Amino acid sequence: MVSEYAIEMMNITKTFPGVVANDKVTLQVRHQEIHALLGENGAGKSTLMSILFGSYSADSGLILLDGRPVEIKNPNVATALGIGMVHQHFKLVQNYTVTENIVLGMEPTKGRLLDMKSAREHVARLSSQYALKVDPDSLVEDITVGQQQRVEILKTLYRNANIIIFDEPTAVLTPQEIDELMDILKKLRSEGKTIVLITHKLKEIKEVADRCTVLRRGRCIGTVEVKDVSEQDLAEMMVGRAVKFEIEKPEQQPGRVMLSLKNLQVADQNGTMRVKDVSLDVHEGEIVGIAGVDGNGQSELLGAITGLLPIAGGSVLLDGKPIENLSIRQRIEEGLGYIPEDRKKYGVVGEFTIAENTALKNYYRDAYRKRMGILDYEAMNQEAENLIKQFDIRSAEGAKTTAGSLSGGNQQKVVVAREISLSPKVLVVAQPTRGLDVGAIEYIRKRIIAEREKGRAILLVSFELDEIMNLCDRIATISKGRIVAVNKQNEVTEYDIGLMMAGSKKEAL
Amino acid sequence: MKPSRQKLIQSDGAVSVLVVVLGFLVGTVLVALVGKNPLNMYKALFQALSGYNIDNGRMNVRYIAETLNYSVPFILCGLSMGFAKRVGLFNIGGEGQYIMGMTMAQAIALLGPRIPVLHWMLAMLGAIVIGSLWGGVVGLLKAKYEVSEVVSTIMLNYVALYLSRIICLQLPGATTYKTANFPETALIGNAFFQKITNNSLLNNGIFMMAGSVLVYWFIMEKTSLGYGMRATGFNKDAARASGIPVIKSISISMAISGAFAGLAGGIVALGSFKYGRVLSGMDNYGFDGIAVALVGNCTALGTTLAGLLFGLLKNAQALMQSKQIPKEITFIIQGLIVIFIALRSALKLYQEYLDKKQLQKEVGVK
Repeated sequence: MVSEYAIEMMNITKTFPGVVANDKVTLQVRHQEIHALLGENGAGKSTLMSILFGSYSADSGLILLDGRPVEIKNPNVATALGIGMVHQHFKLVQNYTVTENIVLGMEPTKGRLLDMKSAREHVARLSSQYALKVDPDSLVEDITVGQQQRVEILKTLYRNANIIIFDEPTAVLTPQEIDELMDILKKLRSEGKTIVLITHKLKEIKEVADRCTVLRRGRCIGTVEVKDVSEQDLAEMMVGRAVKFEIEKPEQQPGRVMLSLKNLQVADQNGTMRVKDVSLDVHEGEIVGIAGVDGNGQSELLGAITGLLPIAGGSVLLDGKPIENLSIRQRIEEGLGYIPEDRKKYGVVGEFTIAENTALKNYYRDAYRKRMGILDYEAMNQEAENLIKQFDIRSAEGAKTTAGSLSGGNQQKVVVAREISLSPKVLVVAQPTRGLDVGAIEYIRKRIIAEREKGRAILLVSFELDEIMNLCDRIATISKGRIVAVNKQNEVTEYDIGLMMAGSKKEAL
Repeated sequence: MKPSRQKLIQSDGAVSVLVVVLGFLVGTVLVALVGKNPLNMYKALFQALSGYNIDNGRMNVRYIAETLNYSVPFILCGLSMGFAKRVGLFNIGGEGQYIMGMTMAQAIALLGPRIPVLHWMLAMLGAIVIGSLWGGVVGLLKAKYEVSEVVSTIMLNYVALYLSRIICLQLPGATTYKTANFPETALIGNAFFQKITNNSLLNNGIFMMAGSVLVYWFIMEKTSLGYGMRATGFNKDAARASGIPVIKSISISMAISGAFAGLAGGIVALGSFKYGRVLSGMDNYGFDGIAVALVGNCTALGTTLAGLLFGLLKNAQALMQSKQIPKEITFIIQGLIVIFIALRSALKLYQEYLDKKQLQKEVGVK
């Protein structure tokens, strides 16, 4: 090792038409450290790392690896220089085995034939050396998301990477998988790897990172030793102002029961029962959280309430009226609002304008209708402009901006604006802040609390315990399709819920 | 300069124009390669478009009228394809719906009440209804039982062809290829048009086509029905989660789609022929409608323009032959246009490549 630093990116500037993505950014990463790169969406983290990985070239600036200036023209050069990248969206061939995916492009050969045996051994060796548990013979389509990520890590190790860039690696993982990934990162560091971790999750930085460089709007705000700063400090550096994590929630007496699930049973498409005998009440002015690891029946439960999935038994009552046999539109008219987990798939129509999206659930009603079924686009645009102001939706062309061109946070605001503007009696909310930056998370949570104050009954499904603990009045923990326990928020700890989520505690506390 | 080029490639309309130009360019080269003078091809096209014969300086309005008349079924079948496409469906069954419309119009023309105006109106209505049933069934199967509309429409095309033969062979005066002549009351000819266009076949069908284009635009862009359909076409899941009746959208859209093609069949039957035809093969308007809709980006205006282009090419065929240009060149140009449309994604890739080059140049300069 010649230099103190494994990577030095000096005064990197990169502009795209109309945007300065990186403005004289300097990043210095020491050997064998986990270096977090923190910033909100659009702060320039990914651009900077794409330059390091050779996907973009910088307009100006210098890159040094171990003190030696390098020119990284494309990702192949980066790979040859020992830089690997684990992308947020995996680049795996679904119907190839783990081994085949890892060696793809660098297959070992014997004569002119593939030598899959030695490839398999090599993969198994790497897998045990770095404690990356994954079956080399499984098909990628059969393994979990967490395991697929390990395959991506093994791919970089197989190509002898010494520097591994992780792009938002926990965005797709369950809480358990996140814990495992944190261990993997530590293991990689102890085996001599240098790691750059792109993230906007402060907790993870506090847990694993040694140092952290913060970017805001393309500029480098500073580099800090993680142990010297609090999460609050990091958040302020990232956003540029004080951020409230704990949202103040006034005490409030819940009213009558608005949403009532009675012995609900839901099967998935293959006929396997995913929701088993779930009973739960949500009152006016109350937020009830469903805590649990992804895949324990949450999406089936949501489907049954919203009408996307048929139920196998039991009943759903909205304000005392059974709705389980109503169509989706009838349920909406009864006062059911839904903020879906997958906003791109279920929340917005990407090709539609903001106005068309905010009218998606009530376009056929009188407010938007003239004679003969003609739509009043003007009224639609006007209402959308109101909502854009009210909900602080940032768009290029106002109500006529296509939803697909908005950032994730603003798309979510469009969904939230639509649902709230319909004044539902019951608001079902799934993973409302997934993939959003700190500012947007704060905003969306505040809006949900405000709905509670208006006396709406809110059912919140989230895989992030923080969010559940922060927002909910009562918490129902779900495991394998059953509600394990329902607790008041102030009578239970994250630790207890964690145990119940894992299914290890059967009785209510 | 770069953003403007980007905009050009992102604009669907501009790409369609580009694609048509490319199709003609390659067509020109091909004509030259087989040793003919490409100029003659353009002379023929010009004559079909304007009625003016450059070689002898004679003007004949009849050519313009025939171009318009040919484009009527192209446009209607294009609307048929486009309407379903906007809802996310691929209606390959325009041909079958067209044949059923034609058959129904012929049957009503020969068997219906011979009351002026009412007679042909009834025949057209029959063509529209049978076309929408023929398409609607597909929509229903798709919406209720997830039967692929591509497969069912293709199969129904053949059912339509042979069913049409069976029916038409039962009609009065039927031989193996034609029936008795239609009564005057069933025909949709337009005496005024015939007078001013030297007895062209241009008929009242052109008004029905124009009405259809308006209906298409109105439903799609203005009504809440069209809004729900567009939402379904863009993102079925979000539409469903928002309470839009997706099954209804799909069924209705296929029925409307079929109605356009059925009307095309009716217009060709009673506008361009004096007798009923016992089909031995398909007319292919339904299939060409797929290309028309794709070139026209499934919008009302685009499809109309694309249909006019196809009508122009068809009308120019005979003129080309008289100028020693093989008429097959028009099919080649049509085919090329469709291929280039399919290459749209390649254009986008090319744009990305250019962007990258530009970027590297900028970096190099600095």
